[in-house]
Amino acid sequence: MRYLPLTEPDRAAMLAVIGAASLDALFEDVPVSARLDRPVDLPGFQGEAEVERQLSRLAAKNRAAGDGPFFCGAGAYRHHVPATVDHLIQRSEFLTSYTPYQPEITQGTLQALFEFQTQVASLTGMEVANASMYDGSTAAAEAVLMAHRVTRRAKAILSPGLHPHYADTIRTLAHSAGVEVVRLPLGVDNEAAVIAELGPDVACVVVQTPNVFGTASDVTTIGEAAHAAGALMICVTTEAVSFGLLKAPGAMGADIVAAEGQSIGNGLNFGGPYVGLFAVREKLMRQMPGRVCGETVDAEGRRGFVLTLSTREQHIRREKATSNICTNSGLCALAFTIHMSLLGEVGLRRLALLNHQQARKLKTAVEAIPGVEVLTPRFFNEIAVRLPTAAAPLVDALAAKGVIAGVPVSRLDPYAGLDDVMLLAATETTQDDDIAALKRALTEALV
Amino acid sequence: MSVVNIGRPTRPNLIAANEGAAPSAVPATLTGGRGLLQDEPLIFELGGWDKTGVDLPEPELDASDLGDLVRHDAIGLPGLSEPETVRHYVRLSQKNHAIDLALYPLGSCTMKHNPRLNEKLARLPGFADLHPLQPASTTRGAVELMAGLAHWLTTLTGMAAVAMSPKAGAHGELCGILAIRAAHEARGDARRRVLTPTSAHGTNPATAAQAGYEVEEIAQTPEGRVDLADLAAKLGPDVAAVMVTNPNTCGLFENDVIEIARLTHEAGAYFYCDGANFNAIVGRVRPGDLGVDAMHINLHKTFSTPHGGGGPGAGPVVLSQALAPYAPLPWIVAGADGHELLEQATGPAAQAEGRLCAFHGQMGMFVRAYAYMLSHGSDGLRQASADAVLNANYVKARLSDVMTPAFEGLCMHEALFDDRWLEGTGVSTLDFAKAMIDEGFHPMTMYFPLVVHGAMLIEPTETESKAELDRFVEALRALAAAAKAGDVGRFKGAPFHAPLRRLDETQAARKPKLKWAPPQ
Repeated sequence: MRYLPLTEPDRAAMLAVIGAASLDALFEDVPVSARLDRPVDLPGFQGEAEVERQLSRLAAKNRAAGDGPFFCGAGAYRHHVPATVDHLIQRSEFLTSYTPYQPEITQGTLQALFEFQTQVASLTGMEVANASMYDGSTAAAEAVLMAHRVTRRAKAILSPGLHPHYADTIRTLAHSAGVEVVRLPLGVDNEAAVIAELGPDVACVVVQTPNVFGTASDVTTIGEAAHAAGALMICVTTEAVSFGLLKAPGAMGADIVAAEGQSIGNGLNFGGPYVGLFAVREKLMRQMPGRVCGETVDAEGRRGFVLTLSTREQHIRREKATSNICTNSGLCALAFTIHMSLLGEVGLRRLALLNHQQARKLKTAVEAIPGVEVLTPRFFNEIAVRLPTAAAPLVDALAAKGVIAGVPVSRLDPYAGLDDVMLLAATETTQDDDIAALKRALTEALV
Repeated sequence: MSVVNIGRPTRPNLIAANEGAAPSAVPATLTGGRGLLQDEPLIFELGGWDKTGVDLPEPELDASDLGDLVRHDAIGLPGLSEPETVRHYVRLSQKNHAIDLALYPLGSCTMKHNPRLNEKLARLPGFADLHPLQPASTTRGAVELMAGLAHWLTTLTGMAAVAMSPKAGAHGELCGILAIRAAHEARGDARRRVLTPTSAHGTNPATAAQAGYEVEEIAQTPEGRVDLADLAAKLGPDVAAVMVTNPNTCGLFENDVIEIARLTHEAGAYFYCDGANFNAIVGRVRPGDLGVDAMHINLHKTFSTPHGGGGPGAGPVVLSQALAPYAPLPWIVAGADGHELLEQATGPAAQAEGRLCAFHGQMGMFVRAYAYMLSHGSDGLRQASADAVLNANYVKARLSDVMTPAFEGLCMHEALFDDRWLEGTGVSTLDFAKAMIDEGFHPMTMYFPLVVHGAMLIEPTETESKAELDRFVEALRALAAAAKAGDVGRFKGAPFHAPLRRLDETQAARKPKLKWAPPQ
């Protein structure tokens, strides 16, 4: 077995040192009735070529996003990731290192995390960011629990444009924490509906921009209303490239930003691993969940970085920790940071504008199709359209013709009464002829 | 084949012969660099405020349609050309220790070799460039892979079902405890306490608290196991679950585990097993045979997906028949064209506990873990767990005359020592660990589990050769001898040879500086 270095003579020599008769004898503490005396009923070992063949066959049964016209978004976006990013994150020293608990020999990871935190704070317009969460949805759920801790109130209001998977995730976590969740019915352009739900028992409102229907909005007045009622405003963003074009949540009064960072540096990966961005106002810093990297000096006075504020965390605080999170999305955060460092502000702004441009072209193309109505008023790179027919079967029919048209809203929430609504995203990877192919296919299917 | 030691510059006895060469005798460099290690500034200090390393076309359209939504203020993000970026991050990488460099004996963390085949396969466009919400007809292979992995996990554990979506171990714990909570609630049986041993990972009590439970600790016997009498005394009609790590964090198999499960079930509670140490028993023990109701499996430990400097992980949770109905969405179910994802709480998933995250879980990790399992096969996995236990016992046997094992007898996949042997030397566990850095090894897990004074938890894993174990053991024996010989200076100031000396963690926490700011 190629991954196991011990030889039979090694094993014999080691058993002799230990004073054990056999490998089986090492398991003497296991109750006899629970010991398996032979391998479980699964296939035996295979060489590298066989495994590669088997998994390649499975991969080939999927239609990769890049194989043709493709317009899915709804919380995960297909962007071009420079080859440099993937090369660098595969360096042994990054890939095969653990959480940087020994700062003297993990300055590489720690300095990159410090850069990540600075980039995330800048992008979101917030004062402080942590070293990442699992993904945007769990970041949003943790944000709600944090608002509960900060305000000592137990009610969260979720906006009509919040991604249904995010709302579901929040509800699951909030339920056991005793936080009541008020989920407003899905709506394309009505984030401000949360204001009417404010009251003295409300810990937070959760708004999303651009929202799941692609609608970009200014949430400043929502923040003001929330603050007047003693609640926090949590801003969710699922498309991090939008920070390069749209007004930052921090500039609109967000207290906590919970965002999905997948778009920068990370591939689609069928939904994971992704990287949750979590940023707050400085006064809330000590209530944040997750790991945080901070600057300090070493014994010779040289600048260095360490994991800090760990008295918030589970390994120190146990049941009183701000969260149970331990492992986060370290390597995805590194990919984010490297991609961001390649882009810089110049590149990010251009990238964001190209995304917006392709979405404008997409909008122009689809609204010209008879019976198709574009619902999203102002958007970054994603729009919702109403079709003259149910979206899900149409998407399936178009997929059979090689065009992945978008995400039916019914896939996210079948009970919303929005079966005829489809979400379509464009990015810098969307070519003009992809849009033309979509228009042809949609027209053929509908007319 | 024997290992030739002639000329190996890091051989411990050569270091011993070299003692007295204090680092202060070495002239400081003029640039802050140290040999090949560059003194690398932050990305924000490299001056790339108007640069980019990505060539993008000139936009044809503007954003005038967005009006006042457009961001005009400076964001504050530097960019660098590709060669500058590569150099910056390669220089940073060289300040990290890694399993690819040397044995990385972090107990409970399972730092084993990460096969590169798995990296290659996870990057196949059919997996990596696949959107989670593409039409089902275009993702059959991905779901088939998930189903295949699920089959391996349930077969290896002897459990009824598996929830695939949890994103790491702690997330898996939450998944399991929420399923337990849902099962109790479905019977109208509100329970408020979770019991967990003093030796538990911090995530266990944190998870139970996050799920809304009060946490109570179970005492430990002098032999390092759950105290059955204490458990029985604390069990009652308000206990929802008992959370036990097995093998436990002392590196010992809970030999009364079947009785723990029986007592737990007798009290109407569920038995949650923290599966962080499943790597010790894969292919040799099925947790389902022990009475476990739920157990998370850290794919990044047992099944070798890379730790990546702190993640991502993946924490699928295997569930007993009793808890299976409460698994979170999505479910993998058999359909007309093979396996399908069931994404709504309908049909068989009507009682699902909801969603734990967006989409379907850590697919990138699933591919790697599945490739790892297929490579080993059931026979290879059984050999791997035996070798992991053998390596730990070998290290324990070879160090027990110079260090003090916390518990006598055999261990499982990790060897636990306490600090009795350091008494009177003036050297602490922390000092000893920092001196290991100078010898080229990552320290073992320190001061955990909390039940052992000055704990040193060593987990070599099965992917270490006997030669590397011997090199490690000789280094530790040499250090132990130095500590006992009164060479305190070697330890108190250590590390001397790492990229940085000891860092001031107190200052970091007192005045937190969590991001770069332009110089005033």
